[in-house]
Amino acid sequence: MSENIVNLPKKPQSNKLYKTLIYIVVFSLIIWAFQGLNYKGVMETASGTVSGMIRGLLNPDVDYITNMTIDGLPNAVLETIAIAISGTFVSGILAIPFALLASQNIVGENVAKVGKFIITMIRTFPELILALIFISVVGPGAPAGILALGIHSIGMLGKLYSESIESMDIGVKEALESCGGNKAEVLFRAVLPQVAPEFLSYTLFRFEINMRAASTLGLVGAGGIGAPLIFAIRSRRWDRAFTIVIVLVITVTIIDYISGKIRKKLV
Amino acid sequence: MSEASVDKIVVEKPLRVKFYFTIALVAFLILGSAYFAGFNIFEVLANLDQTLRLLERLFIWPDWSYISNIVGPLLETVQMAIVGSFLGAIVAFPVSLLAADNFIENKYINTPVRLVLNVFRTIPALVLASLFVAVFGIGSFAGIVALFIFSFGLISKLTYESIESIDYGQVEAIVSLGGTKLEVLRYAIIPQILPQFMSYTLYAFEVNVRAAAVLGYVGAGGIGQTYERNLAFRLFDRVGMIIIVSFVAVLIIDLISSNIRKRLV
Repeated sequence: MSENIVNLPKKPQSNKLYKTLIYIVVFSLIIWAFQGLNYKGVMETASGTVSGMIRGLLNPDVDYITNMTIDGLPNAVLETIAIAISGTFVSGILAIPFALLASQNIVGENVAKVGKFIITMIRTFPELILALIFISVVGPGAPAGILALGIHSIGMLGKLYSESIESMDIGVKEALESCGGNKAEVLFRAVLPQVAPEFLSYTLFRFEINMRAASTLGLVGAGGIGAPLIFAIRSRRWDRAFTIVIVLVITVTIIDYISGKIRKKLV
Repeated sequence: MSEASVDKIVVEKPLRVKFYFTIALVAFLILGSAYFAGFNIFEVLANLDQTLRLLERLFIWPDWSYISNIVGPLLETVQMAIVGSFLGAIVAFPVSLLAADNFIENKYINTPVRLVLNVFRTIPALVLASLFVAVFGIGSFAGIVALFIFSFGLISKLTYESIESIDYGQVEAIVSLGGTKLEVLRYAIIPQILPQFMSYTLYAFEVNVRAAAVLGYVGAGGIGQTYERNLAFRLFDRVGMIIIVSFVAVLIIDLISSNIRKRLV
């Protein structure tokens, strides 16, 4: 009787061996990684450092915030924003040809594969290294940071752009081609108008990321708020260091909020 | 109105003032920031030959014999990334439950937790690392702590958003049978978000590998430290080799990890 009613479905044959193998690989990787953990204890000066940090956190460097000269915080924040905007703009323009090269409905499958690979390579190349390369070319300062962000962001923007080109309505392009439109007409009248809102939205998203990136570029000398921050940390001026971190967090949060609002309206 | 005007509908063009105003504002922002940052495209183009010469020194004749010195720091970089994302994921799971407003239905817990997570994510890993170097000394431990905090913020945010978008029917089914919060967690939430959670952890690992490769620049261990030392002595052939090796390593790790992620979700 019970056999008729409770007709349990068969358990799916899961590949136990395969699963165990994955578990073993993952766990041995983690164990291997922990062996590299060389905890040498905190420095002898650590308690002093931490209490100094807490004191600095509680006593912000007000003079620095209100210093309107070129050495003050407002100038550094503005420079960071300027680097992020210019870098994003440069990459927004440069990413379009790369994206077209990586879209299989524009250039065909084989070329698109090459284009996608180039974009992946650009994306993987760290922006900090790019910044260091450009510093040895144009000298330390904001332009090196702009160039680094401008080149590095092509990697992400090119990928997102090409994805939205590939998912666009192909009918418009075909209509233009059937009327005898040439490549340039197809690009400017069929492709770009369709993908423009998405492109703008992605570019704004990249601007949010670049805002964070621009704040670290200064650590290697490529302009922005990172330079005064690393000087403050190295000279143990914790009040100034934490003032910069707090202002940085607030600025980034505000820009994220505004940019997020605009992006919601766009798409 | 006369009868004749009925079939002739005049569509007025919408006012374009707002559109032109936006264009002008954006142009002002872009030009203004280029001016403020002292960015001059002609100067860049004039220095183009210098760029090419540098690239030649970096990548055409890299010091291949230096590879043996790079492998150690490179493995250390990967170890740092694994430990950072693993510990980050472990701590992120309970915290993301606290931040999800459909599991803990208390605004006074959700909001502060989210605020803290946002702050953690906003501080760049490099800045965190340079702060921790001051506490723990130069070495990979400071870098690991920085990566841990960064990935904790990243994974928590992504995970609590997935918890909030789960299919609520399963939760209601368990609650209607008299299930406790713990049972809801075990049988309704975890099965639904586990693949995504693993995928986010892997994603954090990818980001961490890239971040760990440069953390050494502030003294937080990994291959960045080797890089900085050679750059200081302007040994460009070695620097080029380091860039090539770490680039290939990151590319391979990215490929493997993103393939696994595609299968997970």
